[in-house]
Amino acid sequence: MALIRLSGISRHYEMGSQLVRALDEVDVEIERNEYVAFVGSSGSGKSTFLNILGCLERPTLGQYYLNGAHVEELDHNQLAEIRNREIGFIFQSFNLLPRANALGNVMQPLVYRRIGYRQRREMATEALRRVGLEDRMDHLPNQLSGGQRQRVAIARALVTRPAILLADEPTGNLDSRTSTEIMHLFDQLHAEGQTLILVTHEEDIARHCGRIVELKDGRIFRDRQRTEAAH
Amino acid sequence: MFYVMLESTRSALISILAHGLRSFLTTLGIVIGVASVIAVVSLTQGMSAFIGESFSSLGSNSLTVQSYTPIAEQMRGVRARLTPEDLELIERRAEGVASITPILYGSSASQVRYAAQTTFSQIMGTTYAYREVSQSYVQLGRFIAESDNLTRRRVTVIGSKVRDDLGLPENPVNKYVELGGEWFKVIGLLETKGDFMGFSQDDIVLVPYATMRSLQGNQARTDIQIQLSLSENADVEDVTRQLTALLRNAHDLSPDEDDDFVINTAEQLMNTFDTVINMVTLVIGGIVSISLLVGGIGIMNIMLVSVTERTREIGICKAIGAKRHHILAQFLIEAILLSLLGGLIGLALGFGLGAAISSSIESFPPASIPLWAIVLALGFSGFVGILFGILPAAKAANLDPIDALRYE
Repeated sequence: MALIRLSGISRHYEMGSQLVRALDEVDVEIERNEYVAFVGSSGSGKSTFLNILGCLERPTLGQYYLNGAHVEELDHNQLAEIRNREIGFIFQSFNLLPRANALGNVMQPLVYRRIGYRQRREMATEALRRVGLEDRMDHLPNQLSGGQRQRVAIARALVTRPAILLADEPTGNLDSRTSTEIMHLFDQLHAEGQTLILVTHEEDIARHCGRIVELKDGRIFRDRQRTEAAH
Repeated sequence: MFYVMLESTRSALISILAHGLRSFLTTLGIVIGVASVIAVVSLTQGMSAFIGESFSSLGSNSLTVQSYTPIAEQMRGVRARLTPEDLELIERRAEGVASITPILYGSSASQVRYAAQTTFSQIMGTTYAYREVSQSYVQLGRFIAESDNLTRRRVTVIGSKVRDDLGLPENPVNKYVELGGEWFKVIGLLETKGDFMGFSQDDIVLVPYATMRSLQGNQARTDIQIQLSLSENADVEDVTRQLTALLRNAHDLSPDEDDDFVINTAEQLMNTFDTVINMVTLVIGGIVSISLLVGGIGIMNIMLVSVTERTREIGICKAIGAKRHHILAQFLIEAILLSLLGGLIGLALGFGLGAAISSSIESFPPASIPLWAIVLALGFSGFVGILFGILPAAKAANLDPIDALRYE
């Protein structure tokens, strides 16, 4: 069975008197260890789609099945649990806690899992080592470069060993050299078996992925697999 | 639960320390509130403890009988009196009395003179039994003896303040002082008792009762006070009843007339003082508690600001798996910690303030804080934290994750 299955997912907003269909009956299946890019122009609904995947937002209509759970049936706390255990979210603007250092930021998700300080510290150190930041652990976010901040965010997403890693324009705030570094890190994680889903509007970034889904006006416009050779 | 509390406390402490000045200003209301409550309570309680001690030195098993005339009667020129006959009656008939002594007060304050020094003091005519009844002992010389009364000797026992005021030598025994135009020989100096409610207990001149009566002349109008101490197993109530019956009978009071005398026990007096002091504590305490309320509102205000300011952080925490109760606990504990911290600082400050005030005002008893006041102050400030922290915390916990993340 697919790791993720969405069927008939719609998200409607009311904007004044107008009904905006950010997503309109989207059906997608994503398998374990896939590396998928959702692309589209702004307003295509790709960010809304990622928020729904990340259980930050609920769909207006449709079913969302994630790693054995029917997400649309869950309450607040169960959604929080899913966000904590199954999902690692990486944001365009990093979204680190400004007053906690790198280590503290990476340890934070484990706090909600009732893991003791010592073990938390070990796990977070390990995650930071994986993204190559073991020597910056006690730096505050504002003492780190953009690339380093995004690495901390990736370590924070990885530390819980989530089923899927979601990245919303992960390189949007980075220069091209740092972007390449971050994408290499993603490639490496994928090679280690991680399921990765990212949203981008940059062709170069999408090209790293094995599958590219194009959204347009809240619907899937094109869904194509790239050959392994083109990688 | 414990885990969540621990982690929340950890992050709350970090957040409080991160905004040191702001946290301090926020909690200042609580600090001032608790400090003033504690200062007031410590002063009044210190006073209460002191009064308790003073009264036990008066002799807790002593009774005072004095005449009493209602104001309305006084206006008509009537004056109730206790007479030497009443004293004799009680001496003969009352049971359970260990020692009894009359006290005859000189007219308000009388002039006392030694060489060129003059002062005004309370002159009291009394007997040897006064020593036991009021626990007044001499440090030098001797007390008034039975024979002094029988022979109406012109001798006097004085308090240490009188000695100092008159410029008498350290040991005033055998010196002569002038009381109301007559010369008296000082035979004893009383032990220093210190101040009581701002009045010196050492500003006192004792002379034999009989001497005093003969000096006052007009004996028909003598109004004395009677002090007596009870024997070991006598019951205060019982003796009071006996005295009431004896005196009512002697004064020819019909059953529908009120007593023309009052009987006070030291304990009664002490209870009266205690009641007054407790009332004062309560009233002042109540007034200053309002500042605690104001402090609480200050905390709520800052917590609301803090929630708004940290909306994005809350969104991040929710995105990485924080449940409602995690966020709720974090902000609530932050409010409680702020409030408790204020309570603790206030406690120390209030104690310091109380001690400073009591030591800077001479004759004021030392401050003391009862345990209940500490528990109450901390409990109340914790409660204020919960009361005024719950609204901001709930507001934070109920934020929608995506809205919170998008908040700029």
